[in-house]
Amino acid sequence: MEASPNRCRKQAALLFSILFLATTLARAQDWVHTGTNLGAPKIRLAAADFKMVGNDAALSTAQLTFNQVLYADLTNAGIFDMVSKSLAPAVMPGSPQEINLSQWRSPPANAAMVAFGAINVQNGREIVYGWLFDAKNTQSPQVLGQQYNEAATPDTARHIAHEFADAIIARLGGIPGIAESKIYYISDRSGNKEVWEMDYDGANQHQVTHVSSICLSPRISPDGGRLAFDELNSHGSNIRIYSMSLHRMVSFPIHDGTDFSPAWAPDGNNLAFSSSRSGDPEIWISSASGFGLRRVTAYRGPDVSPVFNPKTGTQIAWISGRTGLPQVYIMESDGTNVQRMTDGGYATSPAWSPNGQFLAFAWARNYGPGAPGGQDIYVMDIASHRWIQLTHDIGRTDFPSWSPDGRHIIFQRTVGGHSEIWTMLADGTGQQALTKVGNSRMPNWSWK
Amino acid sequence: MKNYKKNSALASAALVAFLITTGCHHKEAAAPPPPPPPAETAPAPTANITVTPNSIAPGQSAVLNWTTTNATDVSIDGIGAVETSGTKTVSPTETATYHLVARGDGGSTDATATLTVTQPPPPPAAPQQLTEAEFEQNVKPIFFDYDAYSVRPDAQAVISQDASFLQSHPDAKILIAGYCDDRGSSEYNLALGQNRANAAKTALTQAGIDASRIRTISYGKEKQFCTEQNESCWQQNRRAQFSLDQ
Repeated sequence: MEASPNRCRKQAALLFSILFLATTLARAQDWVHTGTNLGAPKIRLAAADFKMVGNDAALSTAQLTFNQVLYADLTNAGIFDMVSKSLAPAVMPGSPQEINLSQWRSPPANAAMVAFGAINVQNGREIVYGWLFDAKNTQSPQVLGQQYNEAATPDTARHIAHEFADAIIARLGGIPGIAESKIYYISDRSGNKEVWEMDYDGANQHQVTHVSSICLSPRISPDGGRLAFDELNSHGSNIRIYSMSLHRMVSFPIHDGTDFSPAWAPDGNNLAFSSSRSGDPEIWISSASGFGLRRVTAYRGPDVSPVFNPKTGTQIAWISGRTGLPQVYIMESDGTNVQRMTDGGYATSPAWSPNGQFLAFAWARNYGPGAPGGQDIYVMDIASHRWIQLTHDIGRTDFPSWSPDGRHIIFQRTVGGHSEIWTMLADGTGQQALTKVGNSRMPNWSWK
Repeated sequence: MKNYKKNSALASAALVAFLITTGCHHKEAAAPPPPPPPAETAPAPTANITVTPNSIAPGQSAVLNWTTTNATDVSIDGIGAVETSGTKTVSPTETATYHLVARGDGGSTDATATLTVTQPPPPPAAPQQLTEAEFEQNVKPIFFDYDAYSVRPDAQAVISQDASFLQSHPDAKILIAGYCDDRGSSEYNLALGQNRANAAKTALTQAGIDASRIRTISYGKEKQFCTEQNESCWQQNRRAQFSLDQ
């Protein structure tokens, strides 16, 4: 963690050059990368396998998991040109004394940065020392030095690897990493449509709710403490709140009719949702406990899927069918200054980027029986209304959700009536499946 | 003396003529013109039978009351030989006719009384026993166009038939569920399904069904009637379905 003034200057220079290049490229080529470092020249990074210290029975499993997860996290970050394991020197430096940087900066590895360290399991504790060295700085190569000491469980190696990866990503990428973030989604693998949770990389999938009816639209609160979702049964459709800390439902007023598609305000104090309590489904806002209801829209036609601007909390994007097929709109959260964002087709499921600049949404630009093209994920720059298409010909995609760092988007991909959750970088590259069992739908990425 | 008795019996019999048989009437009519010859022979028997009340519900009972004169042998069909006059409590399960035959030296005569057993409980019970299957057989769903929630002309005819059945079952509560086909987005389809249920409710209330009997919900595209990816299947799924709201 400690860095000399000299190293700080070097870091600042490095960051500045990355940001400068990113901005230049963004202007010159692809505006969508602005602010996320995607598209900037990638740092050539090597992750050495961590060295085992000690001889605990659990150590070899822990080491294997740690090395795999760290490498995957750094690859997934999207801002590194990773040195493949086959090109890396076949050594496991366990400390600064054991590393030979010239080995790493020379061909074929050609690393600019190298992460390395040691892992130990002792007396029920898992202890990891991790370093990040600048391979081309022979004078004071250390960029990061971290120590972790946590109770050893089957999940600890994975957890520490996420923490160390996030520290590296924060230092070299300028924004905190997402390796410790969570994804909430709907799965039917228990026999009912329930809310499930998984790590950002698809690991650790487990069921959260047990309501035995149809759960839809899970939305985690900004602090991660409460989960809002829609429960649909023969009594109607209602907003429910599950406490992640109490592991049970907490009260939220139930109303006859159809309330659905909840969305948290970034301060966690308000919820926007669609309600048919006045007849036509409109956007309403209530406090987080369901009181202080006020209606925001009043126009014939369905109004659904609200989402707050996470940067300001003062704007809402949503879907309205007021002119026929559903379109993306934005407005102030008091219902004023309504602007239509999409110019046709069938647009649904808006997701507002963490920096407030972009909307991701699902769009079938040519909609109707026999129309060409499909339903794909798009990203629109709110200020200019310019958009790019992120998915192409991979089936019907829907429900995009941004990662906390704004560099990734998860989405629902449906092929032949079967849905899975996929992840990709916010420029559409690096697409990979996170779920493989049952039908998984409506992913929602945690706020941090 | 005998004549007097006979005449007074005939007079009282005439007063309650509603129960006298035609045979009796015939004798009564025949008797006055030639009084002497029959007076010589044994007098003909007379018979009268009443039931009070003359209409009961199943499980209730009524009292038979009969009187005869000049009879030595009296029987009632279904009951058998009885006293020449008497009462008996009866409790038939369905409408019964009590046929009394009185035989005496002067011949035989008969009388009848009918006890009606009403069946009122079944008719009121029928609407309460309206089953889900019966309801769905009579109250047909209506179907919608693609991404639309206005009631089509062909659906108006269905609504009229649905409404007339529902009007004849005023106690039945109605649940209208809106459904959508598999295309499009889940959340938007929840709203579309709600609007379809709302439109069906409006059409039913315009056809005379009290809105307080109706509840609406939307299943969006979360429950499908047909799972193939073709237009006939999608059409099956774009509907407002009526069911008995328990």
